[in-house]
Amino acid sequence: MNKILVGLLFGLLLGALDGATAAFYPETRNLMTGIMVGSSIKGMLVGLLSGWFARKVQSTKWGIAMGAALGLLFAFGVAAMQHEHYLEIMLPGFVTGAIIGFLTQRMGAAKLAEKREA
Amino acid sequence: MDVSDSVLDHLRHVAALPDLSGTRYELESEIGRGGMGVVYAARDRQLDRRVALKVLDSALAGEAQLIARLEHPAIVPIYETGELPDGRAFYAMKLVAGARLDHYLAGSPSLGERLRVIRRVGEALAFAHTRGTIHRDLKPQNVMVGEFGEVYVMDWGVAAIAGTPAFRAPEASLDQRSDIYALGALLEFMLIAPGSSAAPPALRAIAAKAMSADPAARYPVAAALLADIDRFQEGRAVEAWSEPLWHRLRRFGSHNAVLLWLLAAYAIVKFALFFLRTR
Repeated sequence: MNKILVGLLFGLLLGALDGATAAFYPETRNLMTGIMVGSSIKGMLVGLLSGWFARKVQSTKWGIAMGAALGLLFAFGVAAMQHEHYLEIMLPGFVTGAIIGFLTQRMGAAKLAEKREA
Repeated sequence: MDVSDSVLDHLRHVAALPDLSGTRYELESEIGRGGMGVVYAARDRQLDRRVALKVLDSALAGEAQLIARLEHPAIVPIYETGELPDGRAFYAMKLVAGARLDHYLAGSPSLGERLRVIRRVGEALAFAHTRGTIHRDLKPQNVMVGEFGEVYVMDWGVAAIAGTPAFRAPEASLDQRSDIYALGALLEFMLIAPGSSAAPPALRAIAAKAMSADPAARYPVAAALLADIDRFQEGRAVEAWSEPLWHRLRRFGSHNAVLLWLLAAYAIVKFALFFLRTR
């Protein structure tokens, strides 16, 4: 499995899980479908870009940093659209991005290995 | 010992030195002595370089051809074979500047370094086995570690040799699995060498599996033993050891420490935000 696919899958999974934690807040329960879809898409975008980065740069440290930065950026975009809950959206988005960045470094075949397999 | 005894000993020693007239080599000194021959340091006058010269019984001359077929970075290359005026066979090979494995271990190399050496030895064995050759007498004295860390396995597959007791498999007829037994014994020797810290149980289990009394219970090929060492080094479970649950958890924790820290950070962030919100 290549790193972009790994990023997309883990981005989808972790994004959905992160979105699902909104269920702990009573005021968001009616908006859960939208939150989960939005959070999953955000996770997939972070995963896609982190996976692409992992193919170029093989470094766990830089993978985590890039994932965290992307997570923070996309989470800021989501929070900016709502004009509220910046901390509640950006902080978990930052850590989720770091986890996705880490996983794309650890899992999946790098570009060179993929060519060799082909 | 009186003077006449020492003179006699000297004469015996000189008489035993090989006559290299008619060859391109000039004798320097004796390096080592084994069951089937003596190794000397010599100078190749033609190429002006130092070589190791092994002088054998003529009956064992096939050893050189055998080793010459094994071209591998961890097997000492043979330069030339020949016959001395007295009929004994000899062959010239690369003179390895370094230390025998048993002497090398006295320097207390790290576990990673010791595993690197055993890996190189195992690779040489695996290669030789694919060529249908077995070593028969693998032991620390037959492994050299060069000054730049290069590893060489020496004294290959002479039929007259039946192994050294501590490294010899119990079965009467030797085959590839007997070499795997010796490789396991070598690993064990390296793990318990003076100055080394307590050997990890997974590595002890790998050595024990390789040294099983029943050849069928050993690793089938040298590469399988090396793969288990790889698993140990990558923090994965080894085939040779069914580890207890607490050990498995500890290994999982140390292998995935970064991921666990990130997940913990996520949980802390979520809990903190939740309690800040509901306070």
